[in-house]
Amino acid sequence: MMADPLLRTSSLRKEFGGLVAVDDVDFTVPTGAIVSLIGPNGAGKTTFFNMLTGVYKPTAGSVVFAGEELTGKPPHAFTERGIGRTFQNIRLFQNMTALENVLVGMHSRLKGTLVEAILRTPRVKHEEDGARDRARELLEFSGLRRKDHEIGRNLSYGDQRRLEVARALATQPKLLLLDEPTAGMNPQETAEFTDFVARLRTDLDLAVLLIEHDMRVVMGVSDRVTVLDYGEKIAEGTPSEIQKNERVIEAYLGSAAVSTG
Amino acid sequence: MRRVVGGAISDAWWSVFGALGLSRARWEALPNIARRAVKASIWTAIGLVLVAYFGVWQWSALAIAAVVLVLVVPSYSRVTIGGRRVGRFIVPLAALAIAITYPFYAYTSTGVSPGLPQLPVFGTFPLMSTMVNMGIFTMMALGLNFVVGYAGLLDLGYVAFYAMGSYMAGWLASSQFSQVNVRFGGIGVIQGLTGIHISIWLVLLAAGLMTAFVGVVIGLPTLRLRGDYLAIVTLGFGEILPQVARNGNSLLGFNLTNGTGGITPIDPPGFGSWAHHHLGLPANYGALGTTFDRDYFWTVLVLVLVTIFCSARLRDSRLGRAWIAIREDEVAAAAMGIPLMRTKTWAYATGAFFGGVAGAFYASYNGSSNPDEFYFQISVFILVMVILGGMGNIWGVIFGACFLTYLNSEGLNNIGAWLNTHFGPGGSDVTLWHKTLDVPEYNFGIYGVILVVVMLFRPEGLIPSRRRAAEFHEGVHDQPLYDAAA
Repeated sequence: MMADPLLRTSSLRKEFGGLVAVDDVDFTVPTGAIVSLIGPNGAGKTTFFNMLTGVYKPTAGSVVFAGEELTGKPPHAFTERGIGRTFQNIRLFQNMTALENVLVGMHSRLKGTLVEAILRTPRVKHEEDGARDRARELLEFSGLRRKDHEIGRNLSYGDQRRLEVARALATQPKLLLLDEPTAGMNPQETAEFTDFVARLRTDLDLAVLLIEHDMRVVMGVSDRVTVLDYGEKIAEGTPSEIQKNERVIEAYLGSAAVSTG
Repeated sequence: MRRVVGGAISDAWWSVFGALGLSRARWEALPNIARRAVKASIWTAIGLVLVAYFGVWQWSALAIAAVVLVLVVPSYSRVTIGGRRVGRFIVPLAALAIAITYPFYAYTSTGVSPGLPQLPVFGTFPLMSTMVNMGIFTMMALGLNFVVGYAGLLDLGYVAFYAMGSYMAGWLASSQFSQVNVRFGGIGVIQGLTGIHISIWLVLLAAGLMTAFVGVVIGLPTLRLRGDYLAIVTLGFGEILPQVARNGNSLLGFNLTNGTGGITPIDPPGFGSWAHHHLGLPANYGALGTTFDRDYFWTVLVLVLVTIFCSARLRDSRLGRAWIAIREDEVAAAAMGIPLMRTKTWAYATGAFFGGVAGAFYASYNGSSNPDEFYFQISVFILVMVILGGMGNIWGVIFGACFLTYLNSEGLNNIGAWLNTHFGPGGSDVTLWHKTLDVPEYNFGIYGVILVVVMLFRPEGLIPSRRRAAEFHEGVHDQPLYDAAA
């Protein structure tokens, strides 16, 4: 047996009325791995994501993260334990500055209480100053240098995506979930982003779980790929195994993907 | 709507100016300070015409100064001393100075202010009692601002907290419970009274804490709800608490609230004889005779300053950021590790705290807590103050509270009197109607119209926070997509 994985789901299931969106999926993310989740639209990828972050409560099954059972806990508990995420349709705090967005991400890592905030005790002042410095570092790391005071909505599309990642990193995750991060990016931005994801692992020691449609990103950066179709896991393996898998080609990739590699 | 009407007006403007050779592009190319100066002069000219029309020349200098200050002062806000931006404190400090000194030139034993001239339309300057009420309502509006302005939770039952604070003062500083005889720091209290008499300063704190606790108790089951549902449940609580007070004269045989009679008299504040002799502070506000309003006013001013201070500090803290994040996008906020329930409950409790303190102070000022004062309209009134002034902006909320309290206490009365003498029966200008118009009768109709006009043309309020203005014009994308309630 391998060492315990960072994240493990067992028979995770979500039904919406009669519709089975995610059908008893067993899934693992090993520590420090980059794993991709692919599948056609409506395959249940985002629903699966939402169960991994506590936004949805699973109908059945369990989510175990770093050895701790998190099934049924509220979203902030998942974030506190170390699962950070971005959203498919960007959900920044549009009217806050970039810096404030990142500071919100640090919420669970800061301790300042209501009374301390009113009195602005030295401890809280020190903590806030430290948080601001760290937030600036994160913005710089994510390629948002000198954009601290830009309002979220005024950032370019690519920068909004980057800010979402910076905000997720501010939660100090062990596992980062990225939901279609390159959607709407041009090839150049996509290539930069792929490098950036690789850097997350090397520089920050993160495991990354990626929902992605762009096969160049998926094949270029992942250690493992899991394929969902109609809520079911139909395949799992290394990128090259997935590319050769008959069921995956039929359900999702199509024969063209195989020939272009 | 706003864009259509505003756009049409502005297009009309610019076609006129364009004909005179001043195009919009050239105007916008001017430096900011020049544009401000031009605007200031235009407003000054308008002010002068008005002043000339109403014939109050002695006020023209002040009016011009005020207009220029308001329009040009934003550029002073960048003034720094030793790296600190002190410019932004100029206007608040000036306002504070005027407020502190106001009783000296406005006060007389009969309450009228002969030292100050009559204003056109608005008549006399506000009385001291109105000023005290303004302070109390400012506190409450700032308290509600935590809930509505910061955390974006619609609360239609804020009056419940006001009532709670008021009754706390009734229980802890009156002869209501004459079965017992408790005295604790009951400084300035008339000797020989039965019942519980605790120093009013402690009562204010106790009322705030107790009300915050009630806020938590009410909040825990309700704050899971979203938007409209939350509003309806808060509305319910806002009705329940005053009803309990109204009918609480025989709870299992125990007289808790004295029913419709209310609790009276409640001890006035005071510092006791030691502080009176050594520090010159009033021993008992009730024994001050005719100048008592003045001391209440300064006291409430201190309370308001404390509230402003707490509002500003919390807004810029970890908790304040979390409130604003929840307002903008609950799902994203939860994903960033913000515990929604706990954070919302804190907003609710903080808002309740200040509502409770204001209620207790009001009870002490009035000398009674009476269930008839806590009706639904008060909740709406306070909400209108927050909306009119500018949700989330401390100065906006203060302005909204002061302005509406003034209108309600005497402004409408004065305006009505002015209208009647000029246009009413035998009016001095022209007779437009033949029966005296009772303007204060229509108070809530008038506030309704004000609210509708504000919502159409300036939905972010008169003095909005930068962020709120953006939200109203661009919209927030807070789709309630998910089933996360916690």
